[in-house]
Amino acid sequence: MTVPIVILLDGVLYAAVLFLVSAGLTLVYGVMRILNIAHGSLYALGAYAGTFLVVVYLRTGGPAPFMYLALLVGALLAGAISGPLVERLLLRPIYAREEVVQLLVTYSLFLILEDVMKLIWGVNPYYVAGPYAFLGTVSIAGVRYAWYQLLLILVALGTGILVSLAIRGTRLGRMMIAVTADREISAAMGINVGRVCTLAFTAGAVLAALGGALVGPLIAVAPGISVEAIVLAFAVVVIGGLGSLEGAALGALIVGIARAAAVQLFPEVELATVYLIMVAVLLFRPRGLFGEWEVRRI
Amino acid sequence: MHTTTRLRKILWEIPALLALGIVLAGVLILATPPGEAGQAKPAELKIGVVSFLSGPATVFGVPSKNAAEWLIEKYNRGGGIGGVRIRPVYIDEAGGAEKQVGEFRRLVLDEKVDLVIGYISSADCLAVTPVAEELRVLTVLFDCGTNRIFEDNKYKYVFRTKAHQVLDSVAAAKYVLSVKPGVKTIAGINQDYAWGRDSWESFRRAMLKLKPDVQVVAELWPKLLAGEYSAEISRLLVAKPDVIHSSFWNGDVIGLVKQGAPRGLFSQSLVVLTAGEHMLQDVGKDMPEGVVIGARGDHWFLHNPNDPLHKEFVDGFRAKYGRYPVYPSYHMYQAVAGVKAAFEKAMKDAGGGWPTQDQVIKAFEGIEYQVPPGRTMTIRGDHNGIEPAIMGLTKHDPKYPFAILDRMTVFPAAEVNPPLGVKSNDWIDGWKK
Repeated sequence: MTVPIVILLDGVLYAAVLFLVSAGLTLVYGVMRILNIAHGSLYALGAYAGTFLVVVYLRTGGPAPFMYLALLVGALLAGAISGPLVERLLLRPIYAREEVVQLLVTYSLFLILEDVMKLIWGVNPYYVAGPYAFLGTVSIAGVRYAWYQLLLILVALGTGILVSLAIRGTRLGRMMIAVTADREISAAMGINVGRVCTLAFTAGAVLAALGGALVGPLIAVAPGISVEAIVLAFAVVVIGGLGSLEGAALGALIVGIARAAAVQLFPEVELATVYLIMVAVLLFRPRGLFGEWEVRRI
Repeated sequence: MHTTTRLRKILWEIPALLALGIVLAGVLILATPPGEAGQAKPAELKIGVVSFLSGPATVFGVPSKNAAEWLIEKYNRGGGIGGVRIRPVYIDEAGGAEKQVGEFRRLVLDEKVDLVIGYISSADCLAVTPVAEELRVLTVLFDCGTNRIFEDNKYKYVFRTKAHQVLDSVAAAKYVLSVKPGVKTIAGINQDYAWGRDSWESFRRAMLKLKPDVQVVAELWPKLLAGEYSAEISRLLVAKPDVIHSSFWNGDVIGLVKQGAPRGLFSQSLVVLTAGEHMLQDVGKDMPEGVVIGARGDHWFLHNPNDPLHKEFVDGFRAKYGRYPVYPSYHMYQAVAGVKAAFEKAMKDAGGGWPTQDQVIKAFEGIEYQVPPGRTMTIRGDHNGIEPAIMGLTKHDPKYPFAILDRMTVFPAAEVNPPLGVKSNDWIDGWKK
């Protein structure tokens, strides 16, 4: 009985990580219709900022549980500072341009941020084990699991629900949807389109940074993590359907469980699982599981 | 009026005479046959130095570039090579093999470097080697590990001043059997690309040859730079192997330690990290004790610490960059020192004049020279270096903020490198019990 339980649990654990990595990407696409290649860099920025603050905090010798606060503050700062800057300076001038320009601009931003992070934090990996090890472990089906990773499942779930509620249930969320649907009419109705766009992008940036900060304690924060993040996030978001949070959640769950099953049963194919699923889904549903068919506008 | 004309005439004559002199001197230099008297010394020796300055392998690239910088500065303070200053041109190895082939051509044809030292990635080494032969430029591979380069081909212009990956795997197998002679089951977790696959294959082969009743219970192949290994760790916790082999590097090995240690992976099994040395300073006090660590050779700052050459390198490197040198730094040292040794030997053979490239290549074959940690580096006739290997178990010492190696074993080069002309797998398969 051990193996099926372990597969399920590992799958869900990995799905939580995947969802946290990809939520920001799908949110920004869903609300702003921008495919943000720099999402991976914002993720890395969050990982660096969060890990760095924890390292600094632990050096002060303060009580250990507050290090989680340092982690979150790092993510919030990274997202809240970089989000408005990027939106105002780089994205605003190109909203009206074709998509390929947006891709090029966000890709250049990705390259620039990669070097900025190297300038700030250097090339040696940042390492902090505290947040992962502090909460201890629990034995499930004879296998030890870290509480931190089990908690990530709840955090991912909570993040997903909160963001959905915020978009559908609040005034600001509805304004965002209105702006996506038609900028001119929204402006005519008195919505401050510029401010809504800044807020929407900042929310996406904070989510990306949060993903990085929460995954940071599992991994070594080092140059190159942004590439990994953006590739995985793209795969998950494409499987789920660009712009759909539910899709990202389902995509993450499918990829997570498939990978865990591959590791337990056919480790030779582990590398290919994500992409095999992507191919299979796109063959039958080219817009992803939850993708919407776009109505051509005349 | 008369005097000014005369003056003008003299002013005209001086440059004309100078020009004539220069031309004559040039003809004389060209007419001097190379060989006994040697060529005229160049103003500088321009060396292209290629290592990762961006991307995840920067953790290797920067410590190796730093070593090159430190050593070249040291050599230049002492007059360079035979009185010729070395001028390095640093190039980023990122971007893939195709880009590196282009960069190599640019270094040789546009920058006109005299030779190239470089390459951490085996893929880049394999791609650049044929181009070095085509352009006939001395090229020294300093860090890449694949055994295929010189086992499958013969090259004239390419050398590698280090041993290939088989050394780590064979030393690891021998060390494991010495600290855990009763091992029954082994498992591997290696990155799914050439380095991971080759390393595991050599380790598995060596283990099965040395102890035929050993069973392989899991072979895991996560993606390079995956970072998150909870599923793999669960699998290893379920399989409960006596020994786990991993050739992980960079953030991957740190991720495995971070996620595996709290879940009891390192207390359940004897874990072997064949490239673990370079991350000990990053992991610090969180490193579990009793983990087998390899150093891709005998590159460890506490090995022969009082040897003058080693001490000078460790102290100088630490003073300049704030960290102890790691194995890629030592590999770079071996390359730069090898170039200097080959040029100096060739100059001596040429009677003191500046040697031609062919003379340097001839001198490089079979050369022996001193490197940290105070031992002789040998480049064999196949243009590949051989080195001893060290393995040890992690242990914390209050003197250092990170784990150091305990129960260190040094395997002499002859024990962990195949004999000249024998392919690695044939060599392992031919071991007598």
